[in-house]
Amino acid sequence: MSKNNLTRRGVLKSGAGIGAGVALPTIFTASSAGAFTNEPTGNTVTLGFNVPQSGPYADEGADELRAYELAVEHLNGGGDGGMLNTFSSKVLDGTGILGKKVEYVTGDTQTKSDAARASAQSMIQKDGAIMITGGSSSGVAVAVQGLCQEAGVIFMAGLTHSNDTTGKDKKANGFRHFFNAYMSAAALAPVLKNLYGDDRKAYHLTADYTWGWTQQESIAAATEAMGWETVNNVLTPLAQTDFSSYIAPVLDSGADVLVLNHYGGNMVNSLTNAVQFGLRNKQVNGKNFEIVVPLFSRLMARGAGENIKGIVGSTNWHWSLQDEGSKAFVKSFGTKYGFPPSQAAHTCYVQTLLYADAVTRAKSFNPCDVVAALEGFEFDGMGNGPTLYRAEDHQCFKDVLVVKGKENPTSEFDLLEVVEVTPAAQVTYPADHPMFAGGNLGTCNPGA
Amino acid sequence: MDAILLQIFNGLDKGSAYALIALGLTLIFGTLGVVNFAHGALFMIGAFCSVTLQRLLTLSHETLDPTKLDFLGNPSKIKTPYIVEWFGADAGNTIIDWSVPLAILFAIPIMLAIGYVMERGLIKHFYKRPHADQILVTFGLAIVLQELVKHYYGANPIQTPAPDALSGVMQILPGVVYPAWRVVYFCFSLAIIGGVFAFLQFTTFGMVVRAGMADRETVGLLGIDIDRRFTLMFGIAASVAGLAGVMYGPINAPNYHMGMDFLVLSFVVVVVGGMGSLPGAVLAGFLLGILESFASMREIITLIPGINQIIIYLVAIVILLVRPRGLMGRKGVME
Repeated sequence: MSKNNLTRRGVLKSGAGIGAGVALPTIFTASSAGAFTNEPTGNTVTLGFNVPQSGPYADEGADELRAYELAVEHLNGGGDGGMLNTFSSKVLDGTGILGKKVEYVTGDTQTKSDAARASAQSMIQKDGAIMITGGSSSGVAVAVQGLCQEAGVIFMAGLTHSNDTTGKDKKANGFRHFFNAYMSAAALAPVLKNLYGDDRKAYHLTADYTWGWTQQESIAAATEAMGWETVNNVLTPLAQTDFSSYIAPVLDSGADVLVLNHYGGNMVNSLTNAVQFGLRNKQVNGKNFEIVVPLFSRLMARGAGENIKGIVGSTNWHWSLQDEGSKAFVKSFGTKYGFPPSQAAHTCYVQTLLYADAVTRAKSFNPCDVVAALEGFEFDGMGNGPTLYRAEDHQCFKDVLVVKGKENPTSEFDLLEVVEVTPAAQVTYPADHPMFAGGNLGTCNPGA
Repeated sequence: MDAILLQIFNGLDKGSAYALIALGLTLIFGTLGVVNFAHGALFMIGAFCSVTLQRLLTLSHETLDPTKLDFLGNPSKIKTPYIVEWFGADAGNTIIDWSVPLAILFAIPIMLAIGYVMERGLIKHFYKRPHADQILVTFGLAIVLQELVKHYYGANPIQTPAPDALSGVMQILPGVVYPAWRVVYFCFSLAIIGGVFAFLQFTTFGMVVRAGMADRETVGLLGIDIDRRFTLMFGIAASVAGLAGVMYGPINAPNYHMGMDFLVLSFVVVVVGGMGSLPGAVLAGFLLGILESFASMREIITLIPGINQIIIYLVAIVILLVRPRGLMGRKGVME
């Protein structure tokens, strides 16, 4: 025999309880629908700095890390504020990002795509990094950018110069402040014509990987458009150290310009070998033989020593620039570390501030809100003049520097002189340019 | 024709480095029976001996020049090398200019000491272990050494230029010019190779070592302390690699990874030449250097794309298939 204690009050209580119980998952579901990967819940936010701490670009990686530490210091209100004082957007106030103190973790890319992906993944999954940034190689940038897209975090690329990063491999969650091979070519071509004339025969030595290929294609197209002839392009293995057997054929090729599409140790060695073979003192076709290194870096220039003198190339930024942003950054960096920053340090510092600024303007860490805030964003005061983060491919468009190895350096840092500042308009290309074709930006992924 | 001549010179030049490293490797394998994967690191350390001497010679006295400002707007530091202050500008700058050749004298005792410490401190404990263990421990040592160098000198290449008098090009045949320092390097390597062979061939010490290489036990039974001689041979092999590194600096700027770049190629050279055969190592070094140079020619790459990247390994495969003991290897040794 059962006893039924059912009362009106009991039914109401039970109903309320069941109703709340049924609603509860819906509340969580609604919450998770708005959530995203590594949403910061405490009073701190973690950024992931993925730089080469070992391998051939470790010095460049160390400089990137210095810049990131400086950026974090400035975001948290420390130091002299650096470029926060010159940045055209004024929403960053030195109280972290959206009131959360900025913390960071670091990873070692080793300049290897698989290692870079592994360290980025670890920072996202184990350390809760909400944004990944850094790197000194296009292969690494493309690999980590793809990972960040899948994971639902923002990737602010470090030093990557291949057209592919914001071309066929572009991703909605990825952004590049650094310039690219097409821009180098567009900036260099008129200067080369001015210096060496429009009747030249160029011989290219090209590093056999994505960056080398796109740079060679860009430089050859730009120089051929002004009348130069490309007599040959030889792909050299990335692991090559002695380039003598590649340089020797240049001597009787009829070429009067050697274009070295090399970076890092490759560039130092190939340039050194070319100078050893007397190319710089050679006369061909009644003209002085010339060497061009389309992508320069001060750190690499130091490695090349005397050989760099008089060699023309391009760079994203140089510490000797006299705009207020550059001066503020050089002062902050130089005071803290005792030497001027490299272009890699500059782009990494700027990328960190741009991310923090975008979050603050969007009032959200949600990657899709950040993407929306960065797309089409125009800014100034960061060392490159007025700059646009183009929405269609997430590439920054800004002035490009054409530089030359200095003949009479006044210090160990004074290795390059700026020959020309090429205006952004001259290096801007349509988003559907054939050299950048084949990719799809897709849509932003907030993850979770 | 000039192009072919240049590639032959390039090949001899590359082969010089391969031969010097392979010679040391073979000496160690032939005497101690150890497969030394740290040998590339010894080449790199030799190059950094040159960097170190260059830095010692350019240690400077700093003064502030208020008329010139540095990048932060502070008075610039003017550096005057002590050696210039002590010996005057002409003599001081000449000594600095010749730092690479001087580094030969600097490197020999250092490399002998490193070789001695390496053999007595680590490698002797692995004589009776399998080759796989020897490879693992010496490879680990190579990584430790290169990371140490990177820690102190950084990852970027550091220039150690040739003396001005030897840094240009020289005419080696009518109408054919070639970098002077590369000619010096080739001649230097011939002298070292000749010196090592003469040492082994014409001295009592060398004869004992050769006897030990052929039959260690019998030499030991005769009351000769062959281990001590082999330890010295390890030091000599380390010095040969080190000197190859010192002189290679002006060709390609030293960096912490340069040993690894040469290591694999040098092992291929040793295998092609024949494990334990000194003449084989030298012959294979020059042969593979020349082949590599020709494979990098435009005409060859156009005909067979990518051949420049695999030629050495291709030759090694063919040699090992046709003649497993290598070009001049003894029958039964690593066959």
